[in-house]
Amino acid sequence: MAPSHAGMQTRGSDVIVVGGGLVGAAIAHGLRGEGLDTVLLDEGDIAFRASRGNFGLVWVQSKGFGAPWYQRWTRGSAGEWPGLAADLAARTGIDTALQQPGGVHLCLSEQEFEDRGRRMAQMQVEAGNFGLEYRMIRRDELAEMLPGLGPSVVGASWSPYDGHASPLALLQALHRAFTEAGGAYVPNAKVTGGTAAPKDFRVETAAGTFAAPRIVLAAGLGNADLAPVFGLNTPVRPQRGQVLVTERARTVLPMPCTTIRQTGEGTIMLGDSMEEVGFDTRQSPPVMAQIAQRAALSFPWIAELNIVRAWSALRVMAPDGLPIYDQSERFPGAFTANCHSGVTLAGAHARLLAPMIARGALDPALDPFSAKRFDVPRAA
Amino acid sequence: MFRARPEVRPATVEVLVEGTPVLVPEGATAAAAVLLAGLPAIRETPVTGSPRLPLCQMGVCFDCLAEIDGIPNRQACMVTVVPGMRIARQHGAREALR
Amino acid sequence: MSDFDLAVIGAGPAGMAAAVEARLQGLIVLVVDENAAPGGQVFRAAEACAPDPAVGPDIMPGLPLIAAFRGCGADYRAATTLWHLDPEEGVLSLAAAGTTETVTARRVLLATGAQERPVPIPGWTLPGVMGAGAAQILLKTAGAVPVGPTVLAGQGPLVWLLAVQLARAGVAPLVLETRTVSIAAALAKAGGGLVAGRGLLAKGLSLMAEARRRGVRVIRGVRGLRAEGANRVERVAWEGGSAPCDTLLLHEGVIPSTHVSRAIGLDHAWDADQACWRPVADDFGATSSARVAVAGDGAGIGGWQAAAAAGRLAALDAARRLGALSEDSFAREIAAPLAARRAALALRPFLDALYAPPNAVLTPPDETIACRCEEVTAGAIRRAAALGATGPNQLKAYLRCGMGPCQGRVCAPTVAALIAEVRGLAPQEVPPLRPRAPYKPVTVGMLAASAESLQQSAP
Ligand SMILES: Cc1cc2nc3c(=O)[nH]c(=O)nc-3n(C[C@H](O)[C@@H](O)[C@H](O)COP(=O)(O)OP(=O)(O)OC[C@H]3O[C@@H](n4cnc5c(N)ncnc54)[C@H](O)[C@@H]3O)c2cc1C
Ligand SMILES: Cc1cc2nc3c(=O)[nH]c(=O)nc-3n(C[C@H](O)[C@H](O)[C@H](O)COP(=O)(O)OP(=O)(O)OC[C@H]3O[C@@H](n4cnc5c(N)ncnc54)[C@H](O)[C@@H]3O)c2cc1C
Ligand code: FES
Repeated sequence: MAPSHAGMQTRGSDVIVVGGGLVGAAIAHGLRGEGLDTVLLDEGDIAFRASRGNFGLVWVQSKGFGAPWYQRWTRGSAGEWPGLAADLAARTGIDTALQQPGGVHLCLSEQEFEDRGRRMAQMQVEAGNFGLEYRMIRRDELAEMLPGLGPSVVGASWSPYDGHASPLALLQALHRAFTEAGGAYVPNAKVTGGTAAPKDFRVETAAGTFAAPRIVLAAGLGNADLAPVFGLNTPVRPQRGQVLVTERARTVLPMPCTTIRQTGEGTIMLGDSMEEVGFDTRQSPPVMAQIAQRAALSFPWIAELNIVRAWSALRVMAPDGLPIYDQSERFPGAFTANCHSGVTLAGAHARLLAPMIARGALDPALDPFSAKRFDVPRAA
Repeated sequence: MFRARPEVRPATVEVLVEGTPVLVPEGATAAAAVLLAGLPAIRETPVTGSPRLPLCQMGVCFDCLAEIDGIPNRQACMVTVVPGMRIARQHGAREALR
Repeated sequence: MSDFDLAVIGAGPAGMAAAVEARLQGLIVLVVDENAAPGGQVFRAAEACAPDPAVGPDIMPGLPLIAAFRGCGADYRAATTLWHLDPEEGVLSLAAAGTTETVTARRVLLATGAQERPVPIPGWTLPGVMGAGAAQILLKTAGAVPVGPTVLAGQGPLVWLLAVQLARAGVAPLVLETRTVSIAAALAKAGGGLVAGRGLLAKGLSLMAEARRRGVRVIRGVRGLRAEGANRVERVAWEGGSAPCDTLLLHEGVIPSTHVSRAIGLDHAWDADQACWRPVADDFGATSSARVAVAGDGAGIGGWQAAAAAGRLAALDAARRLGALSEDSFAREIAAPLAARRAALALRPFLDALYAPPNAVLTPPDETIACRCEEVTAGAIRRAAALGATGPNQLKAYLRCGMGPCQGRVCAPTVAALIAEVRGLAPQEVPPLRPRAPYKPVTVGMLAASAESLQQSAP
């Protein structure tokens, strides 16, 4: 319920989480589970909110090329997901439609297939003892796995770790579980300013002032502006992605592909472009047409389906595409969390990261995700 | 159920509604043909399977989705009849791969 | 170089009048309409149904405009839908007969008209329940009428018009009028226009008299309407009464079709008198977009005569902006359509006050299905609003309202009103749903084919 504006006293709590997208909501849910009095501040109905516009993959196979710690973190999250899904279902009755049957990345040319094979082999080497299970599958075998495969598909990479879920059901379930466990979700509360001292943070919003000894910045693209106030650095930029969704069809696809997946409701999602256009959420028919074309080449029968919805949304991208997790050195107690795979990493955020924040220190395993990696002085 | 008024609009176009020939006036839509044929429903929803007939007749509500000439999920109220058109009910979500 | 000076979306009175005027001013004009014939809602299928005594008298006034439009030299594309519009670049994506095409225009006029206000009552998803306008469309396009007991429930001018039209066709309906505002109260609120609007008023009164003469039974003050039946409507019930019913026709007035104007991000304002959003526009339909204008009922409900006048004004403004009409000539030319629109709108405040939709229509009881596509009840929406959905865009993410095939065309007004109720907000404090392209479904194959042609045309 919207707090009354009358009086506008400062509302105190154990911790403030800024941003009610998937990252903030997962962390807030986890912090509440750790017993902390948690306030989750969010903007209103209209906002840049990647969590409302994403593709819904819980995706592992290609994550962490040249950065094996990201592969480990991602796979850890995929492993936490069933527990998270069960917990949310038990608390809220909401089915997040998690399925982890493995997944494929389709290659539409020999060149794509070779490149993909090299990349996966390299990642397996980088994984070392941790291992990386995958297979490069040729067309004939793939056709047995995926009905109606198009003649242009030459093969695919497959891994057993991949899956998908309903990102919107996840968002709603996180909000609901958090609220029902006594957390305070405050919409229409964009943080417009704040002050920081070690273990003493205050933020101003249209819904009043909030104070806590701990704060987590999880405001997606909003973090870029908020972080410096708290002695943190989150150089994230928007990257546009467009997605098309078809009408519902009876289930045909047994597993997700990187840019084509059938949802629990039966709709087929086709995605997703990567466009560097700044804060521009317009749709572009030429890009939509390319997405459609690739889908129709992959599965010709998809061409017959009506597109009933489409959108564009902004990814939250770090310069190297990896997540950023940090605790402020100047103002201990201030944390930041950003990533461009908020569905995939929801398991880790709720069940691994939140407990670390509750304990007051990030695990050394997360050191490589510190924004310090961007401080490396540049060669002139 | 609906009926035509042949005295003012002669029913001259023969279409097949669920395989049964029905005569409808020129200019009628496929949705009108379903109502004139007296079908109890034009579709069953993919969510709960509840029966529906057209609500708005003007392309707004999408409650008239039907299979027309073999193509599922068409807005029957936006399709004008032509002789021999095959109109069939849409049962839940369509088959994608047939 | 653009393909067209002016692209008009909609061939109703507003779009047709705009095209005729723009051609007179020498502009190169495109008109697209998803219907098979020109006329819009009021004159739908007019050329075919004019001889039908049930609707002919009401359709006749549209025939001259349709004839003028057919002869005006605009590139008219029937059965064609606009599925994307880029207002900055002036690029329109059109779908017709299984293909999509893009065209460019220096100026774009949205004349997309109105839709019936959704009337969510318990049981309204049962087969046999439909809009009053829908029954009128069946009458106009196919001469068809309901068989068996027919009930027309709601309020507004169209209720009386349709009652008479059905009665002329031999099926006088039972009218259940839901009006809550007395004539005295409406006069007190907006009586000023009665003199100027006496022509329309006289037409309305004569319709009511004709309805009575033709045996239309009327029950007034009906509350708590519900449709009942097993697999189709069998009965309509209300507080203190019920009646057998094979066809239940609902109507609580019409609201602007703002699907496209919202999708392209035009500024909209809440119209408290008509309880709906409308695009913000000046006297000539110019909007917050430098390229796009609006005219007709899509810009605010005013009826067909006001729509036609607004279409002319928007066309004159387009001609002026594009340098085809001098300021002096513009000032001269606008006088007549401005006066015509003023006259056509004179009665509107009274009608708006008299037929204000009752709260129960805007915010139905919990058990009512509000979103027909995803089958979401008003109660579920109230709970999600309490959880923290402050507007329809977040609520859509929670409950899928607006994600079905209708893209929120039917449920959006109800969803917004329920959120306002639960969160204690005024209607204008709940932002409208932002639809996205494709405005109407296109197939994956149509889009994929357009990618091929784009690649081929690339140098
Ligand atoms: C169902 C219904 C019945 C009505 N009946 C009457 C009546 O009998 N008498 C009366 O006085 N008033 C009637 N009205 C009121 C009506 O709004 C008229 O005032 C008048 O038709 C308005 O004219 P217009 O040109 O603004 O819009 P309209 O006449 O509604 O014309 C708009 C046109 O735009 C087209 N269109 C919309 N979106 C797209 C798109 N994306 N792509 C392509 N084309 C598009 C539509 O197909 C339509 O033909 C009715 C309204 C409705 C909704
Ligand atoms: C097209 C597309 C496809 C994607 N596909 C996938 C996929 O398949 N799998 C996957 O794992 N990930 C995917 N992602 C990425 C995923 O959506 C994001 O990683 C995730 O949503 C980021 O969540 P977030 O909470 O950090 O940011 P957002 O969802 O952007 O949320 C940020 C929140 O913070 C709020 N906020 C901002 N500023 C302030 C402020 N000052 N005060 C208060 N609140 C504020 C905003 O209102 C918003 O609610 C995709 C993204 C896109 C765009
Ligand atoms: S009946 Fe409403 S869209 Fe066809």
